[in-house]
Amino acid sequence: MSMKVATREVDGVTIVDLSGKITLGEESGTLRDTVLGIIAKGSKKIILNLAEITYVDSSGLGELVSAFTAVKNAGGELKLINLTKKVSDLMVITKLVTVFDVPDSEAAAIGSF
Amino acid sequence: MTVWPVRYTFRAILSSRVMNESQRRADVGRISLSGDGLTVTEPHKTELSLTLDSVLESVEQVEVTAEQFARRAEFDEDTACHIGMVAREAAANAVIHGNRGNPAKRVRARFLLTDDALTIHIADEGSGLDPQALRDPLAEENLHRANGRGIFLMKAIMDEVHFRQLSPGTEIVMKKRRGQKETEG
Repeated sequence: MSMKVATREVDGVTIVDLSGKITLGEESGTLRDTVLGIIAKGSKKIILNLAEITYVDSSGLGELVSAFTAVKNAGGELKLINLTKKVSDLMVITKLVTVFDVPDSEAAAIGSF
Repeated sequence: MTVWPVRYTFRAILSSRVMNESQRRADVGRISLSGDGLTVTEPHKTELSLTLDSVLESVEQVEVTAEQFARRAEFDEDTACHIGMVAREAAANAVIHGNRGNPAKRVRARFLLTDDALTIHIADEGSGLDPQALRDPLAEENLHRANGRGIFLMKAIMDEVHFRQLSPGTEIVMKKRRGQKETEG
C-alpha cells in the first residue's frame, strides 16, 4: 500500500491527510492502526482527508471500512472529506456512501461533530 | 522500455482480418510496453499473453497492462483507470485466493483488443471458485465487511464477466465494449 499519512489537529478534531494509493499490499492494516493510535491518544473525532488519494481498490475500500469500524467500536466518529471522482464513484457503486459520513468540506466536517 | 521484475512471457499476436495465414505468422512478434502504452500499432486486433508468478508484483503488472490496453481502446481516463483496477482485482484474486501465493503456480493473463471490445482473461491454478457462493456486498449485513467487493466491482465496471472452471483453476473473462464513455453505477 503506497500510502502516506500525516495528521494535524484543528479545533479538537484530528485530521488525517492521506496521499497516494490505498490498495492491496504488505501494509494492509496501516490505516486502521493509524486511527486506533489516534483514539489511544484521546481523540475520538477523526477526519480522513482523501484529497490526495489517487486510487483505491477493493482492498483499499476494505481498509476504509475497517478504519471506520475500529473508530466506531472505540466510541469515536470518523468522517471522510475531499473524495476524488474516481473514489467517489466507487463509494457510490458499492453503496459505501451510505456507511460513511462525507461532508462537503473540511470546515463542514469539523463543525459536524 | 519498462523492464518488469517478474518472470513472464511477452508475446503479441497482431493480425488483420484480411491477412492470409503466412502473413499472420509473419506479424507475430514481440511488443514492448512503455509509459506511452503499447508501442506496436495495429487497428484490428492486438493481443498480449503473460504468464506470471504468484506475487503482488504480478498484480501491478496486470493492472498497468490493462490500463495501457484500455487507453489504446480510447476509453476515457476514468474508465481506463477502472478497467485497470478490476483487472488488478482479478489478478489479486488469482494470486491470493486462487494460487494462495504458491510459487509453483502461475497466473495467466490475456488481453485482447478488437474493433468491438477489450477482453481480459485472468486464470489461476487454484482449487476453483464457486461464483454462486459469493456474498452480495450491497446487502445491509455485508456493507461493513472489509472484503468481498472485488468481483462485484468487476461486474459493475465491465459489460460482461464470466467464470470458467479449469483443471485446475478458474478463469475470469471480462469484456468492456468500446465506444462507451462512462462507467455504469
